[in-house]
Amino acid sequence: MSAFSGLRRLDRRWIFLAVALLVVVPLALGVHIAPVAPTARARGFYDAIERVPAGSTVLLSGDYDPGTIAENYPMHLAAARQLMRRNIKIVGLALYPGGPPLTDQVLSIAGAEYGKKEGIDYVNLGYKAGNELVMSQMGSSIPRTFPVDRRGVPVSQIPVMRGIQNYANFPLLVNISAGYPGTKEWVQQVVSRYHLPMVAGVTAVSAPEYYPYLQAGQLKGLLGGMAGGAEYEVLVGKPALATRGMDAQSLAHIFIALMIILGNLAFLGEDKERRR
Amino acid sequence: MHLSPLPGVWIAALLTLGIYSFLYRDNPAYKFCEHLFVGISAGYWVVLTYFGTIKPNLVDPLAGGRLLLVIPLILSLFLFSRFFPKGDWLSRWPIAMVLGVYPALRITGFARGDLVQQVNGSILPFWVAGNPVASINNILLVVGLLATLVFFFFSTEHKGTIGGIAKVGIYFLMVSFGASYGYTVMARVSLLIGRVMFLLDNWLGVVRF
Repeated sequence: MSAFSGLRRLDRRWIFLAVALLVVVPLALGVHIAPVAPTARARGFYDAIERVPAGSTVLLSGDYDPGTIAENYPMHLAAARQLMRRNIKIVGLALYPGGPPLTDQVLSIAGAEYGKKEGIDYVNLGYKAGNELVMSQMGSSIPRTFPVDRRGVPVSQIPVMRGIQNYANFPLLVNISAGYPGTKEWVQQVVSRYHLPMVAGVTAVSAPEYYPYLQAGQLKGLLGGMAGGAEYEVLVGKPALATRGMDAQSLAHIFIALMIILGNLAFLGEDKERRR
Repeated sequence: MHLSPLPGVWIAALLTLGIYSFLYRDNPAYKFCEHLFVGISAGYWVVLTYFGTIKPNLVDPLAGGRLLLVIPLILSLFLFSRFFPKGDWLSRWPIAMVLGVYPALRITGFARGDLVQQVNGSILPFWVAGNPVASINNILLVVGLLATLVFFFFSTEHKGTIGGIAKVGIYFLMVSFGASYGYTVMARVSLLIGRVMFLLDNWLGVVRF
């Protein structure tokens, strides 16, 4: 039996075990292999928020649920931190039914860090069913689309919502997205129609779909998966969950890339032997 | 090491391990976790749909006197007519309404966001003064776009010049598939990292993230 056929017959559970160890060990030991270097995409996200004048109100849509916490939550929290650090008010909402508790958590953590108060500096409007219809309706009237916030308080009584009528009252839309409805729909329904500048933090699996929007200038910045989240955390100056996970991520990637190369070599080698 | 005293954390941790046990081989623990997940997900969505959609959009406004909402209520009840062969035609009305509204909304959004602005975004200068990298990127983008479009042009046989350009299109497509696959790997590993962080931090208390 040659080395090639041995590789081809390798029990895949050894590979699972190796990936598990490569993820668990760096996380448990807290090793730090390589620094996270922000890309132009993450810098675009960061700079777009930096350009928003202090005192403005930004729309922050957290369109994800617990299924993608590992990827979306760190970028969501980092965005709330940057906005609050710059004294920018936040109107949060979610187009995923499981999203509002995560928005609550993100806003309350960042709010406590920067001394911001719910209702005055930020609000969570909660979830509204209807996907693109909600986006479209918000263009006419946000108070009519969300008459009350997540706690049931009428928006007319919430200080941060004073003067907020539609997209014209926001200088920027920050979208954290896990899929549908999310970044694609915000671009199609809001950016294109109302010309509202937008940045997006998305799951890695969906990120390639949004590169054309970035290239065409429809998105000012894009965070793709945990790597994007880590880059952004570094820019915000608060390395957290995503940055901590990047070493495990890098090791697992190197191993998987190595396995792909070995697998192809094994396939080619076996093919060569068979022809002989 | 500070083991969590919370029963909810223990249940979540054991269920996570139960699901991952499938990587060794199919087993009763995995089957139990899988069935539990399917059942709880269904229940969760029913509750979420009622309290997140039906109650605030229909039940509460109706109770508040917005009687016009009786129309969507009746239309939504018509959807259930599919269970009765003699009256199943009634379900076509609400379906027709959904089919009418959604494509209209999505087509206009698509035309603006994905067609016009994307075509606009692909009209690029081949030479950017003082920035050779940007020039190369622009050339690559336009060549890749045209070659890929030719690959999907099936009205002419892919032979000769057309065949050559289509082949270039295939290479660009392969690169994009490779990038997508790389991102997919990152997404899956990220999910694993998320669960491992939960196990090490919230459950075992070995590390604080």
